[in-house]
Amino acid sequence: MSLDAATVSWVAHLARLDLTEAELATMTRQLNAIVTYVDQLQELDTTGVEPMAHALDVHNVFRADEAGQSLPTDEALANAPERRKNSRGEQFYSVPAVLD
Amino acid sequence: MGLKATHEKLIERSAADLRQLLLEGAVSAEELASQFLHAIKEREPKVQAFLHVDETAVLSQARAIDEKRKRGEGVGLLAGLPVAVKDNMCSRGELTTCGSKILANFRPPYDAHVIQRLRQADGVLIGRTNMDEFAMGSSTENSAFKMTCNPWDPERIPGGSSGGSAAAVAACMSPLALGSDTGGSIRQPASFCNVVGLKPSYGRVSRFGLVAFGSTLDQIGPLAHDVPSAALLLQAVAGHDPRDSTSIDYPVPAYSDTVDQPLKPLTIGVAREYFGEGLDGEIETAVRSALKVYEGLGAKIRDVSLPHAKYGIAAYYLVATAEASSNLARYDGVHFGHRAEKHGNLIDMMKKSRSEGFGPEVKRRIMLGTYALSSGYKDAYYLKALQVRRLIKDDFDKAFTDCDVVIGPTSPTPPFKIGERSDDPLAMYLADIYTVSCNLAGLAGVSIPCGFMKAGLPIGLQIIGPPMEEAKLLRIARMHEKATDWHTKRAVV
Repeated sequence: MSLDAATVSWVAHLARLDLTEAELATMTRQLNAIVTYVDQLQELDTTGVEPMAHALDVHNVFRADEAGQSLPTDEALANAPERRKNSRGEQFYSVPAVLD
Repeated sequence: MGLKATHEKLIERSAADLRQLLLEGAVSAEELASQFLHAIKEREPKVQAFLHVDETAVLSQARAIDEKRKRGEGVGLLAGLPVAVKDNMCSRGELTTCGSKILANFRPPYDAHVIQRLRQADGVLIGRTNMDEFAMGSSTENSAFKMTCNPWDPERIPGGSSGGSAAAVAACMSPLALGSDTGGSIRQPASFCNVVGLKPSYGRVSRFGLVAFGSTLDQIGPLAHDVPSAALLLQAVAGHDPRDSTSIDYPVPAYSDTVDQPLKPLTIGVAREYFGEGLDGEIETAVRSALKVYEGLGAKIRDVSLPHAKYGIAAYYLVATAEASSNLARYDGVHFGHRAEKHGNLIDMMKKSRSEGFGPEVKRRIMLGTYALSSGYKDAYYLKALQVRRLIKDDFDKAFTDCDVVIGPTSPTPPFKIGERSDDPLAMYLADIYTVSCNLAGLAGVSIPCGFMKAGLPIGLQIIGPPMEEAKLLRIARMHEKATDWHTKRAVV
């Protein structure tokens, strides 16, 4: 299966990455080489083989639904690139508008 | 650079030995920390293993432990031993960069589980080590900040992604280090640097606070000069943590208490698939010599087969990159990490922040993983890889009915020259052939020194064991160590 530049562009958009023209060309070439390599998995007959997503057979590891300690707001927002306070003094992460 | 067999200097001694001296009061934690800090000052200009070292904080930690002992309070398992930590384990308030520009100024608001355990055990956190960006790489060349060199040959790589941790121990700048291993990132640099590096079974050590790369593959593990020292560090950090839902609730054996007990009877599996084309002749010779050592100690050597071994890389680079594409989605410039100064709307902000902050290898893996999971391709790539993963695990399950452990080389080739493989990502990936299956199957694996190439480059022996059998694995590794002296050699920096 080979990837064309249009597919690579689309994948870059899904991955929220901006590629320059040069990067797009290099990435297309490199990804094609890798995808050609991983295509060898198609040689194997895996009919009826259960996919293995986890190394351990651990299921439904839950804790009791009880409120515990949370990070204070100041600490939680300490690494925020931009933050803002509202009129009540509550702090928020600040981002460009989500909705137009 | 060369070989040095005698250990007059404290900094050259193994952690297990130093611990004895600390407990006897023959040396204080502060004195020991000073000596290692001095070694760092002297050797770092050449080796470049560390990203951050805070001398004042280190000495203050050490003094506090000395005060504890003076007050008769008793000290934790590590008793004042310095431990270097790979820069992907969150340390509250300290720069945790993962070797990436996107986290260049990131200070986590919490400690990773293993960091808490190190503090509880009275380890002295001596510094944060260099790594391939987000643990993606096999050479430490993908660090956004600096290049670490191999203490045995400064023109060569130390391995990766825990290259800084391996080099710090090999250059005697710290007697212990923690690394992380997703596809070989503890074992391979350990083998390239002539130190012991162990990847515990999946779930043995909590991943809480370890910056995630491949969540079903990542494990934190010890690097040290010898097996008893690695056992000590593993004991200090292993165990169940309710904050990591994948951590196993299973008691931690006292690894250091049993490590010197040889295993009898012992059957060693040698997989024929590990000795094919591509394996360097000198490495094969060293590994076969090691097997002879085991035979001399009474072990039976049995031929086993791992028929799907050659598909490990393909399966790994689909599973790991798929998981990475998901795990690295959080670096979007919103909550933390780099945000682009110039940007348009929200999506553009995310794209620019990520593109400015991530290096080429990280972008490549995110792209591959995104593609493997995308609509129309997920079945052929991601799910197929997960099925092959099960076949690989089944191979090992079957092999372990015939043997206690599987032994082979850690790496097919010796450490290459810095820059030699930068243009060929696939060639870089293929070097992981012996290590990735261990992560895919969730097994425990250790690399121990087993010789040197004619060119003076270290060779590592890999021992792979069933899940949760670290105690046995360590005992078996120690058997080879006691019968040889490769682990006593020290690089001259």
